[in-house]
Amino acid sequence: MPADSTCQSRARVLYGASSSPGAASSLLDIKNLTIEFGSSNPPARAIEDVCLTVQHGETVCLVGESGSGKSVTALSIARLLSSPPARYVQGEIWLDGHEILGSPEIVLRRLRGRIVSYVFQEPSASLNPVRTIGSQILEALKLHQPSLATREEVVRLLTIVGIPSPETRAGDYPHQMSGGMQQRAAIAMAIASRPKLLVADEPTTALDVTVQAQIIDLMRELQARLGMAILLITHNLGIVREIANRVAVIYAGQIVESAPCSELLRRPRHPYTAALIKAVPDLGRRANRLHAIPCQVPSPFNRPKGCRFHPRCEFARPECEQNPPMLIPAGLGHWTRCPWHDRLPLAPLSTDSKA
Amino acid sequence: MSLLQVRQLSVRFPVRRGLLGHVRAWLRAVDSVDLEIQPGETVGLVGESGCGKSTLGRAILRLVEPAEGQILWKGTDVTTLSGRELRQWRRQAQIIFQDPINSLDPRQTVGDAIGEALDVHKLTPNRRDRQDRIAVLMESVGLDPSRASDYPHEFSGGQRQRIGIARALAVQPDLIVCDEPVSALDVSIQAQIVNLLLDLQKSRGIAYLFIAHDLALVEHISRKVLVMYLGRIVESADAAELLHRPLHPYTQALISAVPVLDPDSRRKRIILSGEVPSPINPPSGCAFHPRCPWAEPRCKSIAPALREVRPGHKAACHLITSDNSTPGNPTATNMEMPESQSL
Repeated sequence: MPADSTCQSRARVLYGASSSPGAASSLLDIKNLTIEFGSSNPPARAIEDVCLTVQHGETVCLVGESGSGKSVTALSIARLLSSPPARYVQGEIWLDGHEILGSPEIVLRRLRGRIVSYVFQEPSASLNPVRTIGSQILEALKLHQPSLATREEVVRLLTIVGIPSPETRAGDYPHQMSGGMQQRAAIAMAIASRPKLLVADEPTTALDVTVQAQIIDLMRELQARLGMAILLITHNLGIVREIANRVAVIYAGQIVESAPCSELLRRPRHPYTAALIKAVPDLGRRANRLHAIPCQVPSPFNRPKGCRFHPRCEFARPECEQNPPMLIPAGLGHWTRCPWHDRLPLAPLSTDSKA
Repeated sequence: MSLLQVRQLSVRFPVRRGLLGHVRAWLRAVDSVDLEIQPGETVGLVGESGCGKSTLGRAILRLVEPAEGQILWKGTDVTTLSGRELRQWRRQAQIIFQDPINSLDPRQTVGDAIGEALDVHKLTPNRRDRQDRIAVLMESVGLDPSRASDYPHEFSGGQRQRIGIARALAVQPDLIVCDEPVSALDVSIQAQIVNLLLDLQKSRGIAYLFIAHDLALVEHISRKVLVMYLGRIVESADAAELLHRPLHPYTQALISAVPVLDPDSRRKRIILSGEVPSPINPPSGCAFHPRCPWAEPRCKSIAPALREVRPGHKAACHLITSDNSTPGNPTATNMEMPESQSL
């Protein structure tokens, strides 16, 4: 659509002339985002000072454990967290030239779907149980791509996501499909509007291992074919290795490390990342014990002072309890929140293979 | 003598339809399974959802009644025990579940949840003794005994799983069936629970049947691993043997589906098409043939038997040739695995 694209390029020019020219080329640019929940005193800070960028056509993984704030970050991109209870305390979210937090609802409705769309963990929960798969995809098309809202396009989308005999399966209800097929249908729905950014929040967690591999493969293929960017939220470092260009690791609401994927796995510069990598049982590398991280992820109501990871960190020093560390550079495109990173033995994969 | 020996165990569930509940078909959840567990060892059981691995775990403890087969406990048949004898036997074999929040009563304090097992088997003479035992049990699984009067919702997921373990330990069992005990937990917490299970095994000599879908984890802690597909064991071998020389195409695919973190490793990935078929209407012949990349016409018609291909290594596949190779693993002895360099 020519009208649409000129509109967007104009927006990009406008944005480029704004105060932060460096970020003009990013598809998504989250700056210093802080989100709070609840009315307790102090309120629960789900995320604090989160910065994250996604370039056009890139795959970025956001890695973290439950309660780390990764889903909150994902949902905030299209302002899907209703406020209240959520409060956007500070920060900016720039999505394809639009500032999300300051935009009125009517603008957001245009952006949702057309620029960013979502795939969630539980496909059965994101599909309507009383409508057929085909009619749900058609609805997404009517809303976002009215000129393409035809049965042929629905069948084409189902073919793209690898659903066999799409003509007949379009008439199926979600309960007639397996989990993997439901997730494929949910992905078809998400890409129907031809988004520039697909946010996938733990898309394979609810699926079996062999089906997980299929869905990750599908996402990689779709990206190559459609050229969209993917922000994948996961706790599984194995999936990260399969698909990511860049990785951001989030712990207790803060980004603690971000780096290109292979750099992060080969040369982690934060004790938390290194511990996460070591905690994954590696096939064939038998050890008597797994590398566990002691204690639990701190609750958002009661986070430790200083470095938030210090109570669980094997390298913690007295200073770590006092001074909250900042993100500092640790290499090309590599950031860490650990001030001691260059003095710590933090390269799990290379040391293991030597042993 | 084996601690537990299961012979040709089958479990069938009726598939009912209509108001009167006519039995329309039978679902063969577990089909002629053989299994043996030695005292103090861990046997791993892997498979995807719906393959019958949990049903097998429950059938072994007679929480689900088997349709056919025999369960021998230290040489004695426990398949037909009932009443007091059944209760007494159950003291020796316990289970922990995947979801620790659903397996605990939300209105029962943690101390009572653990103490209940002691009460049922009348293991403590008086109140004082009961409290002491609960405190010792909580400590042994890494929980603070002063929290015995707290309720399950006040604990985190990993701690709840520890409560489940303490409950199973209360009766000092010889065998614990661990049904996906860490799948619902975060990676860093998973490692804590697995290490706890390993420590307890070392100090108390408990045997585990460890059921999981994560092959890397099962391989890590088990001596022997069984691979299950649609109710049948398709391959069984020692953990290292299974990993390095998998014979069944399904095992090969499962191994290749385990993500590898090392960015330098270049492992061949087999991505299976399709999903696990419905066990109500399983495929003819070899149940795996619709997904098998190397299926031949005979796979469609004849079900392969589980046979011993190498000493201690059994597999059910027509395609295993006389030199013990399969199409997915032509040179069965030097499969490219990342650790082959480090070993």
